[in-house]
Amino acid sequence: MSTVAAERAAKKAAKPATMAQALGRALRDSLAEDPAVHVLGEDVGALGGVFRVTDGLTKEFGEDRCTDTPLAEAGILGTAVGMAMYGLRPVVEMQFDAFAYPAFEQLISHVARMRNRTRGAMPLPITVRVPYGGGIGGVEHHSDSSEAYYMATPGLHVVTPATVADAYGLLRASIASDDPVVFLEPKRLYWSKADWNPDAPQSVEPIGKAVVRRTGRSATLLTYGPSVPVCMEAAEAAVAEGWDLEVVDLRSLVPFDDETVAASVRRTGRAVVVHESGGFGGPGGEIAARVTERCFHHLEAPVLRVAGFDIPYPPPMLERHHLPGVDRILDAVARLQWEADS
Amino acid sequence: MTVMEQRGVYRPTPPPAWQPRTDAAPLLPDAEPYRVLGTEAVGKADEELLERLYAQLVRGRRYNTQATALTKQGRLAVYPSSTGQEACEVAAALVLQEQDWLFPSYRDTLAAVARGLDPVQALTLLRGDWHTGYDPREYRIAPLCTPLATQLPHAVGLAHAARLKGDDVVALAMVGDGGTSEGDFHEALNFAAVWQAPVVFLVQNNGFAISVPLDKQTAAPTLAHKAVGYGMPGRLVDGNDAAAVHEVLSEAVSRARSGGGPTLVEAVTYRMDAHTNADDATRYRGDAEVEAWRAHDPILLLERELTERGLLDEERMRAVRDDAEAMAADLRQRMNQDPELDPMDLFSHVYAEQTTQLREQAAQLRAELEASEEAGTDGEENAR
Repeated sequence: MSTVAAERAAKKAAKPATMAQALGRALRDSLAEDPAVHVLGEDVGALGGVFRVTDGLTKEFGEDRCTDTPLAEAGILGTAVGMAMYGLRPVVEMQFDAFAYPAFEQLISHVARMRNRTRGAMPLPITVRVPYGGGIGGVEHHSDSSEAYYMATPGLHVVTPATVADAYGLLRASIASDDPVVFLEPKRLYWSKADWNPDAPQSVEPIGKAVVRRTGRSATLLTYGPSVPVCMEAAEAAVAEGWDLEVVDLRSLVPFDDETVAASVRRTGRAVVVHESGGFGGPGGEIAARVTERCFHHLEAPVLRVAGFDIPYPPPMLERHHLPGVDRILDAVARLQWEADS
Repeated sequence: MTVMEQRGVYRPTPPPAWQPRTDAAPLLPDAEPYRVLGTEAVGKADEELLERLYAQLVRGRRYNTQATALTKQGRLAVYPSSTGQEACEVAAALVLQEQDWLFPSYRDTLAAVARGLDPVQALTLLRGDWHTGYDPREYRIAPLCTPLATQLPHAVGLAHAARLKGDDVVALAMVGDGGTSEGDFHEALNFAAVWQAPVVFLVQNNGFAISVPLDKQTAAPTLAHKAVGYGMPGRLVDGNDAAAVHEVLSEAVSRARSGGGPTLVEAVTYRMDAHTNADDATRYRGDAEVEAWRAHDPILLLERELTERGLLDEERMRAVRDDAEAMAADLRQRMNQDPELDPMDLFSHVYAEQTTQLREQAAQLRAELEASEEAGTDGEENAR
């Protein structure tokens, strides 16, 4: 079958799927392909996870492959370290972003550096799934954006999907990676849908590559995870203002794709970093600095950040004021000193 | 119809049946630490094993004094001595079979050496030329663990994984009395018991967590009692009695190997030296206490037993001491050579594949090294 015909056939077989379903399918396919893969966490068994990502896995693969653990995040990740030391590939679920904090010591002191401290003799292929971010009306401790903590730790990969296809492809790649990956799942995109064919190979870029989701000439929106759809919406709305915005989905915060990002900003000459987590000490500061170092002579304006406020995550009835929305993004684009443009 | 409306016919129903998950009594430790040396139980002890334990104790003591001397000479950044605790260290190493795994804490260098690790490789972390001086899979010894109790869940996970694969592997994890207060201690014991993982937890209760004594560490009757709350047996043993520690650990390892699940062993011992060379033990304990423990020295206890049974004479003692001295001389000689270090190694083992960012930083360091080489310096300038 020709490539074109194959693509057409794949498209025909595609059906609407949610991101949660694609993630579940990625776990299922990984479990089926590699007996070393084990899923563990609180409620991942009979319940199928509180977001149903692990639905049916215990039934299909048995309790030894998809294991309901005691309620203890340090214990879940700590035992996963031992399992990986013995040659398994554990995929652990931290039920919510703020519930992952008890496991921080294991993550920072052991998961991130076991390869390094053993001079490469003992890599730990562990995937840590962390549902993160706001927008679902969660009560306190259910909506943190903790990506900066993970980014600051050498030895970890930090990735986050924004599309259904990427949810599948990036999770498969994370599980296959010989390095530990913190896999950040944007909670409010769990129910986002796209036409997707689980049986056809997914054409997704590898971990470490950013992807241009929308091409434009006026300015670049640099974003990831839950803010990608918001930026796409902002870019559509910007057309009415006469701005043609490019949207870059970073996909991977560590390693960071300086090349794709710099190439885009050099083309457009202007950049806004958009994310939900707080701006101070947040990912945006690092990204803006990297862009400035590489693109200073191409920049028509300072790199701006549109971030969440520097406050503890707000209660559900107020979170819409905290999360960067279309208007706040367009306001930032407006501040990119358009008068300087000839 | 509400309860109020049906009051006439309402009969209270009993709650659903409840019973404890397991009988607590068999899990409880004995009131006194188990002893073999100086008791009738010693008659059953394997003589060859006693002799092996003795040789390893003497070797272990010499290792401790040599490593401490190397610290004073500045060859080691630090050495947490296990002098006084050698019986625990040696017994932990000797009860394991080749395919089993040892999970030592930072004070358990000696257990790793007694298991067969090269004495110099065991000191890499403390010398500071790398974090771990050996391939853990080669010796089945996890890296010496500095954060407290965090190695315990690793032992549980490894033992669990081995059992899932159908392999005959037991993991023995070592922790101090202070470590039992950490959350990871709790989580590891709980996971081990729920999963019935083939793990043995050895707590060396040496009296102090740096300077904090046991009575400020826990209100439990003994640390071995903690086992009951997890549903595993707790065993209490005299940690200076090498034969007793070996026997109790042996039972626990056999139990784990045969599918009987985990055991918590508390060995009551004493740290004769300070926590490390950075610690002043006279600030928190008196000479009388130290002297009382000196009389209960693990080497003395075993020496007395072996001599009384005619298994040890002057000649054999000298042979054991000579062997220990040869080990110390070799260690001294090899540790007094500066290790060869390649600064580019800093970037070698962060990720399986170097990221662009690390490649750029590696290039930067290489340029700095080349510049300093051309200038005839060895890079010290950059360090300042």
